[in-house]
Amino acid sequence: MKETAGTPVQVTGTVLTTRRVDAYHALTVVAPGIAERFRPGHFVSVAVGGPHTSMPARRAFSVHDVKPDYGGTVELVFAVRGRGTAWLAERKARDTLDLVGPLGRPFPVPRDPCTCVLVGGEYGSASLFALADTLQQRGCRVDFVLGAASADRVFGALRARRMGETITLTTEDGSLGLRGLVTDALPSVIADARADVVYACGPMSMLRGVTAVAVEFDIPVQVSVEEAMACGYGVCMTCVLPVIGDDGVTRMARSCVDGPVFRGERVRFEDVGTIPFDALGAPGGRVQEGGAHSRNVS
Amino acid sequence: MSVDMRTYLAHVELANPITTAAGCAASGAELSQFFELARLGAVVTRSITMAPRAGRPTPRMAETPSGLLNGVGLQGPGVEAFLERELPRLVDRGARAVVSIAGGSVAEYTALARRLSDAPGVAAVEVNLSCPNVEDLGRVFARDPAASAEVVSSVRATLRYDLPVVAKLAPDVADIVAVARSCVDGGADALAMINTPLGMSIDVDTMRPALAAGTGGLSGPAIRPLAVRCLWQVHAALPGVPIVGMGGVASGRDALEMILAGACVVAVGTALFHDPYACLRILRELEELLKERGFERLADAVGLAHRPPGAGPRHRTDLEETSL
Ligand SMILES: Cc1cc2nc3c(=O)[nH]c(=O)nc-3n(C[C@H](O)[C@H](O)[C@H](O)COP(=O)(O)OP(=O)(O)OC[C@H]3O[C@@H](n4cnc5c(N)ncnc54)[C@H](O)[C@@H]3O)c2cc1C
Ligand SMILES: Cc1cc2nc3c(=O)[nH]c(=O)nc-3n(C[C@H](O)[C@H](O)[C@H](O)COP(=O)(O)O)c2cc1C
Ligand code: FES
Repeated sequence: MKETAGTPVQVTGTVLTTRRVDAYHALTVVAPGIAERFRPGHFVSVAVGGPHTSMPARRAFSVHDVKPDYGGTVELVFAVRGRGTAWLAERKARDTLDLVGPLGRPFPVPRDPCTCVLVGGEYGSASLFALADTLQQRGCRVDFVLGAASADRVFGALRARRMGETITLTTEDGSLGLRGLVTDALPSVIADARADVVYACGPMSMLRGVTAVAVEFDIPVQVSVEEAMACGYGVCMTCVLPVIGDDGVTRMARSCVDGPVFRGERVRFEDVGTIPFDALGAPGGRVQEGGAHSRNVS
Repeated sequence: MSVDMRTYLAHVELANPITTAAGCAASGAELSQFFELARLGAVVTRSITMAPRAGRPTPRMAETPSGLLNGVGLQGPGVEAFLERELPRLVDRGARAVVSIAGGSVAEYTALARRLSDAPGVAAVEVNLSCPNVEDLGRVFARDPAASAEVVSSVRATLRYDLPVVAKLAPDVADIVAVARSCVDGGADALAMINTPLGMSIDVDTMRPALAAGTGGLSGPAIRPLAVRCLWQVHAALPGVPIVGMGGVASGRDALEMILAGACVVAVGTALFHDPYACLRILRELEELLKERGFERLADAVGLAHRPPGAGPRHRTDLEETSL
C-alpha cells in the first residue's frame, strides 16, 4: 500500500508561466497538494481541451520541478505531439488546468551514498533533475548522459552541467556532443565513474539499450517507462507491459500504478506490445496465480 | 428540501442511482484513494472470468472524437483471486458490490455463478453477454436472443434466489428489444445497457489500425445517443423491468437524460478516466437538477419522457401541441 505522501489528489491548478525551451514547452502551474506530495519520478495526468472537451483521455507528464513558491508549483516540460499537447501549448498565464497527481511509483533512492549515472532521452531528462537533487542531498555522486535526435531536442544540458560530476551529451545527427546514442557513450561513463546504479528515463528502445548495458556491468538499473495511458491512476487497464514479478511470474503490469519506474531487468522489453505466452493468464498459457487454484469449468 | 435519491436494482435498495460501469474502476482500490466507495450507489466490478486473463496486447486504447476505443480484453485475476483479495476489500470499505461475470460458454457462466452464490458481500450479479461463445464459432452471446437467454437462465437457476441477475446488453444488434425480452423471459431481474459497440480507428501516420486488436469497443460521450435510444426502446416495450443505463454519461444532465428515458440506475465508465470524482460530481449535479425541476423523489423521474404528448409536462405549459 502506498504511503499517504504519495496519495494523489485532483486540483485545479493555475498556470503561472509558460516558456519555450528549444523544441519543448515548459508550463509552471500552481498546484498545492501535488507539490508537497511529490517524490522524484512521479508524474501528473492532465485533462486537456477544457470543460466540454471532446478528448476523454488524460495526458501524462513527468514533473520536472516542484517549488514551494505560491503555495507549491509544479513544472511540466512537453513536446507537441497530437491534439492534446497542442491545446496545452496554447495555455497562457492565469489559465486553469485540471491536474491529478502525484502519480506512479517514484524512483527508489539508495540508503547510503553511492555513484549514480542518470540517463535521459529527449524530454525524458526532465524527470531526472529532482532525482539528482535528492541523490546529492544523500551524498551521492551524479553523472549525466543526455541524448536526443538533434541538439534542440536535448533537454536540460545546462542544468546537468551545473549538477553533474560529469556530463556526456549525444545526438544522432552529431549536432551536439558525440554522434550516436546514449547507449554508445554509457559503458565508458559507467566505467570511469565506477557507477553503482543507473537511472534512466526516455523512449522504450533507449531504456532497453540502457538496461542491457547495466546488466553487462552487473549494476542495478531503474527505468521510467512511457506507455500510452488514458487515466494515469490505474482504472482503465490500457497502459500495460510485461513485467517479471518477485516470484518470477510475468504479469501485464500497469505502467501508471505499478510503474512507471521498474527495475530494468524485470521489464521484458523485447515483448512489449505482445502478451508473452508464459505471462499470467496468457491465452492457452499459465492460468494459476500463487496458491489460488482455478477450478475446472464443469 | 433534499431529493430522495434512493433507488432499487430489482429488490436491492441503493442509496443513490450512480454506480461505476463494469471494467472502468479496476479493483475499486484505485478510486478509493480519492473518496469513500460507500458514497456510490454501488461499485460494479470488472468482468470476472474463471481463470486469470492477461487481456490483449497494447496499444489497447485510441482516442476518437468524444470517445475512446478500447481493446483491453478483460484483463483480470480470475474468480479465485477476486474472491480472495478484491471482493473483501470492497466489502470492508462499505461498498455495495455488483459483480460482473464473463465467460466463453454457458458452463463457464454457470460455474462463476456457483462460486459467487456463497460469497459474502455480493449485492447483485451482472452478466456481461458481450463475450464470444467459443462453442458457437465465436458468435457473441449478446447478438443472439436465444444464447443470451440460455446464459441468463442458467445463471438465475444457479445463483442464490435473493441475488438479482442483471443482464448486460450490447447495442450493435438488429433488435435490442428482442434480446432484452429474451433475457427477461430467461429470468433476468434487471437489464444493463449499453455495452460498447464495436468500432475501429486507423492511424494515418503508421497507416495501421490504432489498436493492436484491430477493432475495439467504443465508449464515452460519442455513444450517448445510441444508449438513450436503446434505453428508450426497451423501457417502452418492458416498462416494469429495472434498467441500468450507461454510455457516455459525463454530467448530471447526461444522467438525467438516461433516467427520463427509463433508467433507474446510471453507471459511469469512461468519465472516470477523465475525472476520478466523476461519480460523486454527477450525483451532486443530478440531485440539483431534480430539485430545480421540483422532484421530491428520483423514482418519479424514471421513464418520464415516455409520457404521451399533451399529458402536461411539469412546469412547462408553454409547449405547443403539434398539429398532426
Ligand atoms: C508517465 C509518462 C510521463 C510522460 N512525461 C512526458 C513529459 O514529461 N513530456 C512530454 O512531452 N511527454 C510526456 N509523456 C508523453 C505524453 O503523455 C504524450 O506525448 C501525450 O500524451 C500525447 O498527447 P497528445 O494529445 O499530444 O497526442 P494524441 O496522439 O492525440 O494522444 C491520444 C492519446 O494517446 C496517448 N498517447 C499518445 N502518445 C503517447 C505517448 N508517447 N506516451 C503516452 N501516451 C501517449 C495520450 O495520452 C492520449 O490518451 C509522458 C507519458 C507518460 C506515460
Ligand atoms: C476500458 C474499458 C473496459 C471495460 N470493461 C468492461 C467489462 O469488463 N465488462 C463489461 O461488461 N463492460 C466493460 N466495459 C463497458 C462499460 O462498462 C460501459 O458499458 C461502456 O464503456 C459505456 O459506458 P461509458 O461510455 O460511460 O464508458 C468497459 C469499457 C471500457 C472503456
Ligand atoms: S493509464 Fe489507466 S490504468 Fe494505467
